[in-house]
Amino acid sequence: MEARTFTFAHPPQKMCLESGATLGPVTIAYETYGALNAEGSNAVLICHALTGDAHVAGNNGAGNRPGWWDTMVGPGKGIDTEKYFVICSNILGGCMGSTGPCSINPETGRPYGLSFPLVTIGDMVKAQNALIDHLKIERLLAVVGGSVGGMQVLEWCVRYPQMVVSAILLATTMRHSAQAIAFNEVARQAIMADPNWKGGDYYQGPKPDLGLAVARMIGHITYLSDKSMSFKFGRKLQDKSDFSFNFEADFQVESYLRHQGKKFVERFDANSFLYITRAADYFDLKRQHGQGSAAKAFSCSQARFLVVSYTSDWLYPTLQSRAIVTAMKKNGLKASFCEIDSTLGHDAFLLPDKRLSPLIKGFLEKALP
Amino acid sequence: MTTHTNLRPDLAVIANWVEPGAKVLDLGCGEGRLLHYLAKHKAVDGTGIEISEAKVARCIEEGLAVLQGDISKEVLDYPDNAFDFVILSQTLQQVYDPAGMIRAMLRIGKKGIVSLPNFGYWAVRLQLLATGRAPVTKHLPYQWHDTPNIRVMTIKDFRQFSMQAGFWILRESFLLSDNNGATGRTIRFLPNLLATSGVFLITGSSANQPA
Repeated sequence: MEARTFTFAHPPQKMCLESGATLGPVTIAYETYGALNAEGSNAVLICHALTGDAHVAGNNGAGNRPGWWDTMVGPGKGIDTEKYFVICSNILGGCMGSTGPCSINPETGRPYGLSFPLVTIGDMVKAQNALIDHLKIERLLAVVGGSVGGMQVLEWCVRYPQMVVSAILLATTMRHSAQAIAFNEVARQAIMADPNWKGGDYYQGPKPDLGLAVARMIGHITYLSDKSMSFKFGRKLQDKSDFSFNFEADFQVESYLRHQGKKFVERFDANSFLYITRAADYFDLKRQHGQGSAAKAFSCSQARFLVVSYTSDWLYPTLQSRAIVTAMKKNGLKASFCEIDSTLGHDAFLLPDKRLSPLIKGFLEKALP
Repeated sequence: MTTHTNLRPDLAVIANWVEPGAKVLDLGCGEGRLLHYLAKHKAVDGTGIEISEAKVARCIEEGLAVLQGDISKEVLDYPDNAFDFVILSQTLQQVYDPAGMIRAMLRIGKKGIVSLPNFGYWAVRLQLLATGRAPVTKHLPYQWHDTPNIRVMTIKDFRQFSMQAGFWILRESFLLSDNNGATGRTIRFLPNLLATSGVFLITGSSANQPA
């Protein structure tokens, strides 16, 4: 594992964004695992979800903590780093080393804040592509991602079809439902209602931690399921046998959410949360690449696909994965689809599970030339 | 008779009929034995559809392209003539709308291959006649109330059905299977009485119909 950065769009060049705005220079933080083979045919790009980072595996990366998908990526694991050259980068607009709203704007010497231009999933993928070019990789054996990471995978398949040999899409969607946008909007409002947010210009003083914590709590509810919450918490009380008759965290579920919120603000930037959720809401593969048609969007793709959904994922339900598969079928694309029975909700793809690793392993082995 | 020793007899017949390098869709592919065989021995470009998550997972782990879903729905999305062969083995008797299923198969495939259990087999007839109860045999081991076989048909019925439903039978093969279906031999004489299953190569296009 090596943590590095790559910077492009140095002045006078700038990166052109989908919105029409320009940005530069752009730094992308990334980590790689394993070795690229002589033919350059074993590269696997992993795209992280909403709040992830480049540290996908291993223990010796940022903050000396295990990677966010350490159960899947590593020697002998589902994505075997002894076989594949694995790349994971922090997304554009993020706050884990890549250029985002908390980065210093070289023109002002101060953090961008809201002067950072809106970026899209397409922009994130364009930046990843610049990194892949820099690494002198012509074709990716696989692009892999779940949730918002899956959106990036979809974007890769239609934006750079000749570069993607195979693609793995986990618990993802071609576009957000109104319900998914609604949850994101409530989360953003929580941040923007925090008096410390100050129009996004908070980097010199106290941060909008309360707003960001509430945003995370909302997000967390959407990643679980009714069943998993009932099982994990039920109506159990936290360290007490009766109600406190005030607004402390009486229920275990309250205490859990508060803890998740508190933990999150230590590692994440509130503005990044606004930008990335906005990018996810804007993402619409049909509209941006298919003139309204999903089948048309995939017409240039040549990849083999593995699509996985989870029965209890109500944020990106199975129907949305099936719609992706249908579009692939209409284009005669080779696709596999599996709906994994799970009570864990949307988050299931990130949690240790005996079923997903062999699926990914078998699929990747078939893709390897 | 079987030359493909590891395959169920009806699958061995199907494997013989599929042309090398063909594009194949296997409806209800189970754990992918036929697809695996066809990929290995006939360089077939195969896809399967299977409803059981565990079986789909086995297939994907083996590197097969398989979609989890209900075959009646999954056949609808494919464009016309997307496949050279669409296979439905030992499943037509479990389909709610057999005519619709065959129509869909022959829309998305140039040819179809259907294998089915023959309820006209003598032991089945004899049991019904002798006991007056719904037959339960080695080949059809279910009670009337727990059987997945919601359609009861014979080889003769399927031939008759081809005329009603408007498709042509290009080839037929009849099997008497044994050892719980693991082995089998070809039946040429009185198949509707002596065979436990039939395999049919069918087409919906008059261009492919027999002269």
